Amino acid sequence: MKGKLVGMNGDRAVAYAAKQAKVDVISAYPITPQTIIVETLAEYVNNGELDAAFIPVESEHTALSAAVGASLAGARVFTATSSQGLALMYEILWIAAGLRAPIVMAIGNRALSPNINIHCSHDDAYAARDTGWLQFFAENVQEAYDLTLMAFRVAEDERVLLPTIVNLDGFILTHALEGLYVLEDAEVDAFLPKRKPINPIDPKNPKTYGPLDFTDWYMEHKRLQFEVYQKVGGVVREVFDEYEKLTGRHYQPVKTFNVEGADKAIVILGSSAGTARFAARKLAEKGMKLGVVSLTQYRPFPVAELRKVLESFDVVAVLDRSVSFGSPGNQLFMDVSTALYSSKKRPILVNVVYGLGGRDFTPLHVERIYAALEEVQRKGEAPEESLWVGLREG
Amino acid sequence: MELKTIKTLKEIPREEQFAPGHRLCAGCGIPQVVRLALKAVPDPKVVVNATGCLEVATTIFPYTSWGVPWVHIAFENAAAVASGIEAAFKILSKKYGVEKPKIIVFGGDGGTFDIGFQALSGALERGHDMIYICYDNEAYMNTGIQRSGATPKGASTTTSPAGKVVPGKLERKKNLIEIAIAHGIRYAATMNPAFPVDMYNKIVKAANTPGPTVLHYFTPCPTGWYFDPSRSIEVARLAVQTRIWPLYEYDNGKIRITVPVKEPRPVEDYFKLQGRFRHLLEPENKWLLEEIKRDIEENWQKLMRMAEQSK
Ligand SMILES: Cc1ncc(C[n+]2csc(CCOP(=O)(O)OP(=O)(O)O)c2C)c(N)n1
Ligand code: SF4
Repeated sequence: MKGKLVGMNGDRAVAYAAKQAKVDVISAYPITPQTIIVETLAEYVNNGELDAAFIPVESEHTALSAAVGASLAGARVFTATSSQGLALMYEILWIAAGLRAPIVMAIGNRALSPNINIHCSHDDAYAARDTGWLQFFAENVQEAYDLTLMAFRVAEDERVLLPTIVNLDGFILTHALEGLYVLEDAEVDAFLPKRKPINPIDPKNPKTYGPLDFTDWYMEHKRLQFEVYQKVGGVVREVFDEYEKLTGRHYQPVKTFNVEGADKAIVILGSSAGTARFAARKLAEKGMKLGVVSLTQYRPFPVAELRKVLESFDVVAVLDRSVSFGSPGNQLFMDVSTALYSSKKRPILVNVVYGLGGRDFTPLHVERIYAALEEVQRKGEAPEESLWVGLREG
Repeated sequence: MELKTIKTLKEIPREEQFAPGHRLCAGCGIPQVVRLALKAVPDPKVVVNATGCLEVATTIFPYTSWGVPWVHIAFENAAAVASGIEAAFKILSKKYGVEKPKIIVFGGDGGTFDIGFQALSGALERGHDMIYICYDNEAYMNTGIQRSGATPKGASTTTSPAGKVVPGKLERKKNLIEIAIAHGIRYAATMNPAFPVDMYNKIVKAANTPGPTVLHYFTPCPTGWYFDPSRSIEVARLAVQTRIWPLYEYDNGKIRITVPVKEPRPVEDYFKLQGRFRHLLEPENKWLLEEIKRDIEENWQKLMRMAEQSK
């Protein structure tokens, strides 16, 4: 494993990556469990370790508004948020993507109120899923660091120019101290040179940013924006490959474990993938094969890769750490169902809700899911409702 | 470089950076302030614009009226966006020698007094170098004449209609300049299109002042106020002559009335011209008219006192 081994929690690892990326502007507003990120960056700036403008704004709405302005001005821009903070940014999420502002934002994933809860759900990440932001999910602190560096490369690539979110599970990753390998500053400089903005604000070459579109142009502009996302997957792969050459760490949009010869699998996001793999290993000792499929790239949704992996299973559990109220399924479940709909061979899908608001997710839960999948496989039909694991009993 | 104030209209630069052919209504007061601001503030400069009449009427794709970089992001966040642009240019100029432009922000009264208030307050508190110009047509005009925190007492709007029981808006207008000054900024002033030299000079002073400045511009709106577009400047001048819209400035601790009004004209002259106030002249609303007159007098006396104290 290339790099220097250090101990950091996820928040500090993200801040360290942003520092090594030599961001020009950070606009920030505190919210648990992301706060340590912006505090650490403020320390770097005020100690002279990072030559950047730190804008201590008065709200998340302003944090993102200022980030968009700074990004259009040509700066490399970073911000971070969680939960309610992301909800307050919502309007500007769309604008950042539509104006092609390659901001990188870390989200310390956290449940949305009510009731107020500072622990992990994926409500916030999902709430941003239609806004046009690219999204990655980190599984551990190492990935939080690596993906932050790679996010700048992808976001600022002239074929992409899109704002990008790096998700890390609140507390589970934001606050957990882990060993990770960090690159030398010079290596990061080579991987991530100074941003070369396309069409930045320039008084010598005045342009109008964000004009009014009537019915005659709006649809054409949305089509142009839509086409960009078709190219993102290729760029992500290039960046992942180049990063692997630099670090030896292998990244894929869809990560698989134990899928060969298995007829059951679970699809999962974030830190719980590790728990699922651990449980899958235990199950394997008892002769029960469970494949684990986790997504590093969530937006754009890696449809083709996922299809290829999932087509071979009989039953697949899709795990959501959130609830989409009144919907035909929860968020990741709907994504996966849609991706598989036109496949020739489709597994039966079971939606599982787990871990809301930081509720523990343990190997025992994975075993229960496995049992449920066996039952579905036997009956040959999917349950109507999602299965909730980890709910308190009585 | 210190910019120069002027004495006559002739000294205003001829060069235009705001093209004709925009779709603002005939008689609208907004283009006056835009043209003068782009003339008074030298290049390089960047304009940030909140959602509203000015934005929608000047940038209908594929056309633009702006000869300078112009950015629109949302309704309530012009000051926030300007904060980011300003901070970015400051650091880019330090790190890479990029030239730092002056930043001019235009927001309507809705985008300033109401929904954008927090973003403005934050930007003023953080001290970003920007000239914030609120063009105040005293209602949300872009969405069809709804009341705002800047709508004056007595005015009829679509969300404060003059009805049988409630004769229009009953609340006073917020005092933007006092609020701005309370942030500890160094320059703030009111402006009016009937007094272009006064306006030009205030923009120049704002541009000469480091940090944030706030300019509050009175803009007649024939469409929302219901008057003949050809009388726009007359309406604007009457607002000053009746003492409804005092022209003054706050300059590093000192308040100065820049257009003294010794003999005020009756407020009825101003109200008579505009549909939004016509009901105030009916006998049953006499109480409200009296209340408005008292408010105007009170405001004026207060301003005189402050001007006197800062001498
Ligand atoms: C968050 C949000 N709420 C509401 C609107 C709808 N809206 C657009 S412009 C506007 C009023 C603008 O009023 P003002 O700032 O006074 O400017 P004017 O239209 O008078 O130029 C409103 C309510 C919006 N664009 N965004
Ligand atoms: S509605 Fe009023 S403020 Fe808007 S463009 Fe027309 S005159 Fe100007």
